[in-house]
Amino acid sequence: MMHWLILPIMLPAFVAPFIVLAARYQIAIQRVISVASILAVIGVALGLAWSASDGTVMLYQLGDWAAPFGIVLVGDRLSTLMVLLTAVLALFVLLYAIGSGWDDRGRHFHALFQFQVMGIMGAFLTGDLFNLFVFFEVLLIASYGLMIHSGGTVRLRAGVQYVLFNLLGSTLFLFALGAIYAETGTLNMADLAQRVQLIDTQATVGIRIAAVLLLMVFAIKAAVVPLHFWLPSSYAEAPAPVAALFAIMTKVGAYAIIRVYTMVFPPELAATSGLHGWWLLPAALLSLAVGMAGVLAARKLDRLVAFSVIGSMGMVMVSIAMFTPAGIGAALYYIVHSTLAAGALFLITDLVRAGRANLDLTAQAPVAGATLTSAMFFMAAIAMAGLPPLSGFLGKLMILDAGFNTPQVVWIWAVVLGSSLISVVGFARAGSALFWKANSIAPDEDAEPAAAPSGLSYVAVGGLLSLLVAHTVFAGPTTTYTTAIAQQLFAPDAYLTTVLSTPGKLSDVKEGDY
Amino acid sequence: MEILVASAIGILTAGGMYLVLRLRTFPVIMGISLLTYAVNVFLFASGRLSVGAPPILTDATIYADPLPQALVLTAIVISFGMTAVVVMVALGAYLGGNDDHVDDPAVEDVQ
Repeated sequence: MMHWLILPIMLPAFVAPFIVLAARYQIAIQRVISVASILAVIGVALGLAWSASDGTVMLYQLGDWAAPFGIVLVGDRLSTLMVLLTAVLALFVLLYAIGSGWDDRGRHFHALFQFQVMGIMGAFLTGDLFNLFVFFEVLLIASYGLMIHSGGTVRLRAGVQYVLFNLLGSTLFLFALGAIYAETGTLNMADLAQRVQLIDTQATVGIRIAAVLLLMVFAIKAAVVPLHFWLPSSYAEAPAPVAALFAIMTKVGAYAIIRVYTMVFPPELAATSGLHGWWLLPAALLSLAVGMAGVLAARKLDRLVAFSVIGSMGMVMVSIAMFTPAGIGAALYYIVHSTLAAGALFLITDLVRAGRANLDLTAQAPVAGATLTSAMFFMAAIAMAGLPPLSGFLGKLMILDAGFNTPQVVWIWAVVLGSSLISVVGFARAGSALFWKANSIAPDEDAEPAAAPSGLSYVAVGGLLSLLVAHTVFAGPTTTYTTAIAQQLFAPDAYLTTVLSTPGKLSDVKEGDY
Repeated sequence: MEILVASAIGILTAGGMYLVLRLRTFPVIMGISLLTYAVNVFLFASGRLSVGAPPILTDATIYADPLPQALVLTAIVISFGMTAVVVMVALGAYLGGNDDHVDDPAVEDVQ
């Protein structure tokens, strides 16, 4: 059995307590260990993505227990892609946190960061629904600590909302899991996929309730309107590098929806038919519209970026809600794009903050480093709003193309194109107020000129932006790969066989042996 | 027994939901606690209710499903820890801002 699959979880899990225990007071050592750990995780993630790219499904049985009895980790094309995306984003976010000194403004940043990465990796790799809940909790517990990193009343207050909302979400998740276990007697995703097919079509009340509850839980994580209320305050008040890392957390919800609702409750399943088209698609269109309207309405830059995250999640969910291979493929391309773009935008927000009194969208005197910052904002805003030539445009084109043959084509095209226009106006207004008009304000002569952000901060943002460019330039191979991922998702036989037929402890026990 | 357990879960959930919709942190945290109690009992019941049956495989023909008990244990630990965290964060916010509302402060208060 291959042990590499558990390394993206185990490595941060060991590094985090080591940082707390051994390097508690030396920020320099913490930084070195933390970056080394993330680099190692990127290496492992590259290897895993390479091994999964030919369509093999990797399986890791914890404690060598066979599938429905023990917990399994599963690495297929989708999981390994998300693991790689998380690791790459984490590296640049970490570089920014070091470059800007955010990690030194409170305690245990690096340890919490590693735990957060561990939780996200686990959520992407696990093949068991209850284990997914546990990894959700791991990443949430770490995120509570990161969210209120370096303190402050406003941040603590946003933190209370964030923790309370997520506690409610976790409770709902447990209700859903209880209902699923009561109906099927299993929580292993592959086993569940087979048992849900066997449920009597006359007695589907329980499993339908469970499917809807589970969809609501994942929709909370993915910030789909009307379950998005936790996001704007918490993302806007969180420290910038933390908010940038949180860009992947909404994608955990999207990933869970893709995984569970293509495999366990597929669109052709009679018991849950209508859940995808009737409920998910309108909610997704609504979040797209609300998010982009929020971009236009926001009075502060950090809120603007938070709403653009809701809008881009809406775009992803529109594409997912079609539940066709083309739709899921486009959604995956857009997920990679929107994670990188949102991460970059949150970091740029922090660059803008340096030297300014506040983040209000008003003209204020120009500060050092504003030229480079504004250039980066320009680029990231183009990507996020989905203008040519960057990957946001290509992703949106693919989503529109995937939606062309669906019955809801009018709605999809109208909302996607209309909200794009609104977001372009919103970003243009913000950029011109923040950067363009700044030259008309005379700087305060008495004030101490603020220092420009450090070079490493710009390197981190530039790295994310160059990845966006690469995502655009290599759109051909990337799209081929995301389409291959979608095809693997819609033909889950290889996944089911690998998980359920790989021998382990207890797998040779026959009925009646005990 | 079924009706007793079911109504207990229902009443706990209803009370919890009512308290969660209040505006100040203390009732909201109480509401979350009630909800987690409700979900613990619910998880416990998901393995079917049985009295006096051992939760391990023995020669006896009737045994209780052991898995929900393991799930409940995990859920209790997590919800207990999280409630402690939210109490500390809420205390910090209250002592810092002298205000324990859970909604966003009005815009003019921030500036």
